[in-house]
Amino acid sequence: MTSSSNCAHEVLAVLAKDLRSEYRTRYALSAVLLFAVTALAVVSFSVSPYSLEADAQSAFLWIVLFFSAMSGLSRSFVREEEARTAMALRLAAAPEAVYLGKLLFNITLQGAVAIVVVPLFLVLMDIAPAHPGLLVWAAVLGTLALASSSTIIAAVVSRANAKGALFAVLAFPVTLPGLSSAIRATTAALQGAVGRVGTAGDLRALAAYSVLMIATSLLLFDFVWND
Amino acid sequence: MLTRRARLLTGLKWFLGVWMTVVVIAAFFYAPAARNLGQMSRIIYFHIPAAWVTVLAFLVCTVYSAKYLRSRRAEDDAAASFSAELGLLFCVIATVSGSIFAKAIWGSYWNWDPRETSIFILLLIYGAYFALRSSVDDPARRGSLAAVYGILAFVTVPLLVFVAPRIPAVQSLHPDGPILVADGGLDMDARMMTVFMSSLAGFTGLFVWVFTLRMRAWHLVQRLAHRQED
Repeated sequence: MTSSSNCAHEVLAVLAKDLRSEYRTRYALSAVLLFAVTALAVVSFSVSPYSLEADAQSAFLWIVLFFSAMSGLSRSFVREEEARTAMALRLAAAPEAVYLGKLLFNITLQGAVAIVVVPLFLVLMDIAPAHPGLLVWAAVLGTLALASSSTIIAAVVSRANAKGALFAVLAFPVTLPGLSSAIRATTAALQGAVGRVGTAGDLRALAAYSVLMIATSLLLFDFVWND
Repeated sequence: MLTRRARLLTGLKWFLGVWMTVVVIAAFFYAPAARNLGQMSRIIYFHIPAAWVTVLAFLVCTVYSAKYLRSRRAEDDAAASFSAELGLLFCVIATVSGSIFAKAIWGSYWNWDPRETSIFILLLIYGAYFALRSSVDDPARRGSLAAVYGILAFVTVPLLVFVAPRIPAVQSLHPDGPILVADGGLDMDARMMTVFMSSLAGFTGLFVWVFTLRMRAWHLVQRLAHRQED
């Protein structure tokens, strides 16, 4: 009982530390948000809002969300290595607590990006989603999937040499199952009744993917972190 | 004792060479052509075994990765990377041969058929695995990072079985009817079946042979390096 509450305490401490340092520098948030807004703007003023089909629109939304995750989510671990604070963190907290803290931080960051990007996307592309509730579910579960796969990859990348270039290369094949489910669920949400068949399966696949990623990461994180 | 084992291995090597020669000849001259695909159907004796070895190599790589994380022996890490190298080679063979077949029969080199999607992702995983390996200098750290990535990638593969058939653009063009029946059994001419199974065994043997060759070369290099240190 005490050990589990102690662990939860450590997780929250790591999360609070990351949130505080992010609040002070606002490096990751501004980089990710500006990237996402730039990408949205580029497409929306080169494509007329009515010319894209629902599947192209949802693919476009998730490309923006995926690459904005790629530009910012590795910061949580890379910063520890660059500032040489990783050793202190290793001494201060259990590996599982570090992983869960960073995961919560990445979920928060990616969630903040999604909260800005999804409405902006709907406004710029002039879309009235057929199933707003479904769109919210797809965005929430997709964000969870992106954050859960990229946290462990970020930990791996932070221990390698070519950090920036490697992150997207490593994350893409691992993230693809989650990403393609998210794209299909979003297409169904934008399209309406036609695309609704099997969407519950897509959302379930997304949730299963996140759970699988988090469980595997918890088992493997120690090997990445303490080596 | 050691010479006896060496003689056995040499014998097996020659046996494998003869076996593969017979399989290649039989694939063209002994097995009949399938009814609706004609001469093109002979690809199954080379394309499917290559795809099988791709998956097998990935499995072997994952097993050695897990072993490395437990034991921390450099040997296991080397085995995982050799298996992945062979997997990449056979993955390219399966992709290219399948793509040529697709152009000849279905009219386009690539159309995101579920199995094409899966093998494309395997290709990306193998590529990413080596990109990661080449970007870490310290051997121990390279081993554990690569092992973690290999296991992580392997865990997502079962999900592809669910996701890939639902890619919206196309239904599978892969011939299920004449070769693989829906309930998983095989429906082939007896002669085709013999050659196909022999080819599967031959490709697996080829993988095992090259893999042990790489391991022996690795051991020799290690021994030489130790001798130079002394």
